[in-house]
Formats: sequence, structure tokens, C-alpha cells
Amino acid sequence: MSALRILVPVKRVIDYAVKPRVNKAQTAVETAGVKHSMNPFDDLSVEESVRIREKNRAPGGVEDICAFSAGPPKAQEILRTALAMGADRGIHVEIKDGEELEPLTVAKLLKKSVEEQKSNLVILGKQSIDDDAGQTGQMLAGLLNWPQATQASKIEFGPNDAVTVTKEIDGGVETVKAKLPMIITTDLRLNTPRYATLPNIMKAKKKKLDKKTLEDFGLTNEKRLKVLKVTEPAQRQGGGKVEDVDGLIGKLKELGAL
Amino acid sequence: MLSLTRQLLSKRGDAVLGRSMRWASSRYSRSSALSTLAILEQRDGQLVQGSLSALTAGKKLGGSVHGFLAGSKVSAAAEQAAKVDGVEKIIAVENDAYDKGLPENFAPLLVENIKKGNYTHVIAGHTAFGKSVLPRVAALLDSQQISDVTSIEDEKTFVRPIYAGNAIATVESTDAIKILTIRGTAFAPATPEQGSAPVEAGVDPKSEPISEWVSEDLAKSDRPDLSTASKVVSGGRGLKSKEEFDKVMLPLADALGAAVGASRAAVDSGYADNSLQVGQTGKVVAPQLYMAVGISGAIQHLAGMKDSKVIAAINKDPDAPIFQIADAGLVGDLFEKVPELTEKIKSS
Repeated sequence: MSALRILVPVKRVIDYAVKPRVNKAQTAVETAGVKHSMNPFDDLSVEESVRIREKNRAPGGVEDICAFSAGPPKAQEILRTALAMGADRGIHVEIKDGEELEPLTVAKLLKKSVEEQKSNLVILGKQSIDDDAGQTGQMLAGLLNWPQATQASKIEFGPNDAVTVTKEIDGGVETVKAKLPMIITTDLRLNTPRYATLPNIMKAKKKKLDKKTLEDFGLTNEKRLKVLKVTEPAQRQGGGKVEDVDGLIGKLKELGAL
Repeated sequence: MLSLTRQLLSKRGDAVLGRSMRWASSRYSRSSALSTLAILEQRDGQLVQGSLSALTAGKKLGGSVHGFLAGSKVSAAAEQAAKVDGVEKIIAVENDAYDKGLPENFAPLLVENIKKGNYTHVIAGHTAFGKSVLPRVAALLDSQQISDVTSIEDEKTFVRPIYAGNAIATVESTDAIKILTIRGTAFAPATPEQGSAPVEAGVDPKSEPISEWVSEDLAKSDRPDLSTASKVVSGGRGLKSKEEFDKVMLPLADALGAAVGASRAAVDSGYADNSLQVGQTGKVVAPQLYMAVGISGAIQHLAGMKDSKVIAAINKDPDAPIFQIADAGLVGDLFEKVPELTEKIKSS
């Protein structure tokens, strides 16, 4: 059984509780001065990686947990959070403020990183809550020709590098099995991420964080999609309240819904 | 040039056109412009009706539209899809290796068929299957996929929600092969009617599977399917327990003939099955009537239901955000109001 070398990609996104606002020029969502956090699904990936080690779930043990982020200078804070949760080290590929990478570019970058780090398991979030694309893990699996298990709610390790994953699918769950190396994306049901404690946050400051650029990987920020505009969604007008159940039925009949 | 193609294409099948003209236009479309492969889904040999949305979206693009199906015993499903008007042909690959839609062998299968057919567009539903397989296909074809498309402006311009539907992005693709997953509620599934497109066998690369399907556990229900139901009643944290959820929500659903949904809070607390979750990370629904019971209306939940035609809400907190978007809101204790509502609907 191979020892696990886990790569955990994390993304810095606008905090999930913040209601995003479209900028005046209608080119993007306003990010300046807005609270950012680790993408919630990536939080789950880090937690799962750390738990695999803590609970000795993998027969071959866990040799390394490397957190990885491609993002603006401030993405370092997200990496430090991952380190405080229990990742061993971090890699930060710095992108200029205000620039975004498309999932395909991220997948290409991750492919090179996986090869460089000799990772045999990559645990990613199923989607980032800003772009909502839900593509990076699958694209990476395709580029590497590795098996993939998306929207995982349970991960189990067996003998001979076997990994069994329960996935959330439409209408229920599905269980698939493959051998390492493998790509897994996390669903909300996988675990409940821990909060980093103060001592761990202090310790995380001493952990190794490598800084790199896209050029180090021989890549550029290639844009296949041109964002023509970003607009606010059509606003719904609340129709107001009704007094009682009869009022509710009356209103729904009036609206043709009953 | 493209608009000329469009005009020609839109006239295809028009009875006044002579055969030669029709032949010319089809030649034209093959050599220059749009051709779409719509990926259809099957389950146990049955065509997944919702997946016919991909054909609807394909027809919107103009150009020729082919459907694609793979699995064991797909012929009946293929024949059924072939009845959709305007579909030029259905490509079917009969091989039980594709039954479960495992992305590791399904993606190379699609890639081979996409290359062979020289398609400019590939469309699948933004379903668990589409979400799992299509990005893998996109990477293999070096194309940046566009996910969860809600509107097609033209052959390269697409509209999709970002930030849990709090912003709407219009993007233009520069890729040679455009790969899209589409939101089913934005493209009504095409209905099989009088069409009789030929069914042809596709290429089968028979790539060795590197993963294995073990089992599945599907929530069984006689109620309508959540994603396509015309009425949905959804319960949240306010239901307090699974017993109460079942006791309060299920009779209401049955009285209305509605599907049952739930908020993430209700799912996390174990009141309802995960597959019933409505929201940014669960199902996106757009029924005629969405009734939110004991749901406050967090932005992640609204992302999954705010395109519903009529929204009703029952909540004891008059300041719950759900009331800002509800067409009809009732402030009150759901344990009193919902049973009363159920009784009154039944007796009316």
C-alpha cells in the first residue's frame, strides 16, 4: 500500500454569508473591501485530509498533506488557515489582484503540481461558490487520466491501494471504487470542518509556504471565455403577506398556482 | 455568413423547399457551421426524460442536432429520442460498460464520437452525470466548459448564474468546440413526437475501465421528481425533527400532488434525505408553485428556487428573508397552519 501524498487545492472566495454586489461597470462582482474566506468545499477537503491521517484510515499512512492555492497575495491567508487545520506545507502560485484563472488553467497547473509533488491523491471541493463552475477536479482527472469520484460524502481506504467513495448523486447516493492515484471532490456531507485553534494558528506561521508563479509551471493565464457583462439578477417583488390560511389559498388561486 | 446559414437552416424541413435546396442547405451546414451533439441519459435502459433538455438547447443553437446515448439495451431509448422533431440523428453505443455512466470510460467514448462527428457544440444537462463527465471531456478536448447555462444568446455567447445566482454572467467562448452543461429548468425537455430520425451506431473505443461501480442507494418515492415537478413543498429547520417533517410536509405534498424538497438545515439535521436539498449545492427547481415551510431563506437556498413562478412561505418570523421574495407569505406557526392548509386543500 502506498503512503498517501495528498494535494489539497484551496481557493480564496468571497465569504459565503456575504451577499455579492455587481460593480457599477457591470464587469464583475465587487470584491474590494469584502470579507473573503476559504471556499467552504475546500474547507471540507482540508478537514478530510487531516482526518485520514489522524484516524489512520489509510493502510499505507499519510506521508504528506500539501495545501495549494493559485490566487492573489491574500490567498496566503487561506493557505495559512489550511496549515493551521493540519496541512503540512503550502504552495502559493501568486496571481495578480483582480485576475482570475479559468478552471481549465487551474487543472493544467494542478497537473504539473501533482507530477512535481508526486501526489497520489488530490482532494478538491466540488465547486467554488463564486464561479459555481464545478469543473476543476474532473478536468484534472481527465488530464492525468486518473479515476475520479465527485461529490464525495464518504471515503474509505482498503488494501492494495483501493479507495471506495460514496458519492451524492441525483436521487440518492452511489458508491464507486478505484485504485490510487485518484481525484476526489468533496460534498457538504463529507465532514464538519474544525476551527483552527490559536496555538495551531501560531504553529502554522512556521510551516513551509513556497511561493511560485504561473511561469514557473510554463503556463500563462489563458482566457478562453470573455466575460461580456455581469448583471444583477431580475429582482423578485415580494407580494406581501396574507392574514390566514384562507388568505393564502385565495392568493395562490388568484395567482393561478392552485 | 452565419445568419445566412441560420436562415437556410430555419427553413429546412419547410415543405415549400425543394429537395435539392434542402440537400444544398444540409451540405452547407455540414461544411461550415453548427453541429451539436446533445448527450442524453438513460437509466436501466429507460430514457431519462429530463435529459431531452439538451436537445431543446441544441435546437436553440440552430444547426444540426444529434443525440447521443450509450449503455446496454439503449435501442428503445434511442428510438424514443429519435421521435423528437428536428433531431437529425441519434447516435447510440450499445455496451454495458457504459451503463453506469462512469466518467473514466464515458469521457473517452464521448471524445471519440465528438471528434468523429466534427461537432462544434456539445451539450449535457447540469445533472450529477453531466457535472461528473463533461468537464473531463472538456479537458480532453482542451476546451473551457461553460456550466449551468440558463440562456443561449448565439452560438458563442451564453448566460450563466454565478455567486449562487446573485449575479448573472454573459460569456463569449473562443473555443473551437464549445462544451456546455445546461440548467434543465431553463430549457424544457423536448417531447418525442412525430420525428423519425435514424439511429446510428457510434464509435466505441472500448477503453479499459479504471474505476468500478459498486452500488447505489436511491431514495424511493411515488411523488413527482423534484427537479421537474410543477409543485414543490419544501421544509426547513422549523420542522424540528424527521417525525414532524414527515407528519407535516408529506400530507401537504400529497394534497397538492407536489414533490418534497428541503433546506440544507433540514437535510443536515437529518429531517430529510440529502437528495431533496434545494439550493446552490443541491437541486435547482423552478416549479409553478414553491411553498417554503419553516425556511428562513438564506441566499444559498434562494439560489435553488427563486425562479419559481409563484413562491409561498409559511414562517413564524415576520422578518425572515423568504418573505421579501414570496408572492404570498403567511406569518404563523407551521405546526398549526400547514395541517389547516392541508385539510382545506383536500376538501376544496
